[in-house]
Amino acid sequence: MEHKRVTLFAGHYGSGKTNIAVNYALRLAGEGKKTAIADLDIVNPYFRTADSARELAEAGVDLISPQFANSNVDLPALPAEAYRLVEDRSLYAVMDIGGDDRGAYALGRYVPYIREEGDYRMVFVANFSRPLTRTPEEALEVMREIEAACALPFTDIVNNTNLAHETTSETVLHGLGLTEQLSELSGLPVWLTTAEERVAAELAGRLSEVLPMRLQEKYFDLPEQKGPPKPRPLFG
Amino acid sequence: MAERILMKGNEAIAEAAIRAGCRHYFGYPITPQTEIAAYMAKKMPKIGGVFLQAESEIASINMVYGAAAAGMRVMTSSSSPGISLKSEGLSYIAGSDVPAFVVNVQRGGPGLGGIQPSQSDYFQATKGGGHGDYHMIVLAPASVQEMASLTIKGFNLADKYRMTSMILADGTIGQMMEPISFEDAEIESYDKPWALTGTGMQRKHNIVNSLYLKPDELERTNFARFEKYKTIEENEALYEAYRMEDAEICVVAFGIASRVAKNAVAAARNEGVKVGLIRPITLWPFPKKALRQAAEQVKAFVSVELNMGQMIDDIRLATECTRPVSLCNRTGGMIPSPDQVLESIREAAKGVN
Repeated sequence: MEHKRVTLFAGHYGSGKTNIAVNYALRLAGEGKKTAIADLDIVNPYFRTADSARELAEAGVDLISPQFANSNVDLPALPAEAYRLVEDRSLYAVMDIGGDDRGAYALGRYVPYIREEGDYRMVFVANFSRPLTRTPEEALEVMREIEAACALPFTDIVNNTNLAHETTSETVLHGLGLTEQLSELSGLPVWLTTAEERVAAELAGRLSEVLPMRLQEKYFDLPEQKGPPKPRPLFG
Repeated sequence: MAERILMKGNEAIAEAAIRAGCRHYFGYPITPQTEIAAYMAKKMPKIGGVFLQAESEIASINMVYGAAAAGMRVMTSSSSPGISLKSEGLSYIAGSDVPAFVVNVQRGGPGLGGIQPSQSDYFQATKGGGHGDYHMIVLAPASVQEMASLTIKGFNLADKYRMTSMILADGTIGQMMEPISFEDAEIESYDKPWALTGTGMQRKHNIVNSLYLKPDELERTNFARFEKYKTIEENEALYEAYRMEDAEICVVAFGIASRVAKNAVAAARNEGVKVGLIRPITLWPFPKKALRQAAEQVKAFVSVELNMGQMIDDIRLATECTRPVSLCNRTGGMIPSPDQVLESIREAAKGVN
């Protein structure tokens, strides 16, 4: 997989940006690259990059997240340290952008640096199982709103179509068809398909670029939502 | 299989409300339920509905009152401190016998509290909340699918009984994502001859009001309303029983706490403890009969709650204190772990043997 120095994940809220950003950062670190990830989500105070702090630390990924993440301070403030991602060109930077156009406003302040350097991938994360992005046309609308908010055009699309624990390879392939239509509408390439590691294993022979993801287990998952015990490490 | 969509709990409420025929949403933003308003803001203009962000919670509940009086399917949503502000309006709606649908995605309290999940508005929801003698139908979803199906049920029940039905959820269920479908939702329709729709000079005008000038008339109205409540208590209580067949310990939990409890019950069963779970789906009416029957079978109850112990009172009332009830709880936005619940089950089992 070929990497850019800065990789940004944006999209509709709940499309899977944070999971992809975390897993992609772990992948970079697994390839021996000096990696940092920044949580720039100023919209939703839950489901944060910081939820994966332990895994990221173990893999040697530097985590920059809002000072008050996972506390009761529902304050949309970004740490000054986030500038390191655009200024320190010796590291591979992953940026997790907040959902929709509202989340993307926060990115605007870093865009001049990112454009000037010109070594970036601005990725639109698509999940066609989400209610407000069921069609390529609806996804394109969200895409345009985000671009208008942050002033950074997308360069790539990731197909992250999934139904959580009910995801099958068919779910993903159905989403890929719609992602290809979005690719035609927007003129942007489909860079990757992402899937939970068990589904990704099924897809391995059928698709060229698949990023397998390990997802957080939640304390409220019911027995039927829990997979079999997971082997570690994923990227060895 | 019906088409599956991956939804957040809050979105599921909004989409289900639209499918139930709700075309009027009045609200004021507050974490952790903001996605309901955001979804309505996106969708309502496209389907000829009204999304209105009012200047305050108090304004929004009175807009609900107005639309309900006109016979519309209408809703508002908020979180704990916001529901307190709406309580005056909820009392007026109850006193006027108009149907409304209200969502409380609870956060930690009291006061401004915090934005993490909680169940500490149980008393407020089930005992009235505002002033005066009244009840609301209170529905407690434990999954994103139930956020949708109980929303549709909530609209049906509100119209059927001309009163408020409330979804009492918490921040976790509001925020979490699960695949759901809408296909089997049954939308009921009720005539509303009492609604303020204009007489067209064809009939006597209707009055919607909660003010009574004569105390005996107000008393009669209250008596009649409580007759209706009695019918609801007899007919509308809902619960889920899990592994109760041979249970000697009964865990009682609703909403997110019931999911943690279910995992703990499964773990305790693996240790050979005969334990089951009763999950109230309606908190008012409380499933008293199920609890009373369980008290004849089990030796002890464990109430698992995200508060300082509120539902535990209803368990004691339903079982008339015939069995010991212990509390397993966290509060302030914290959630008990399956291990904590398992430990409480083990403790209760010690008392049994």
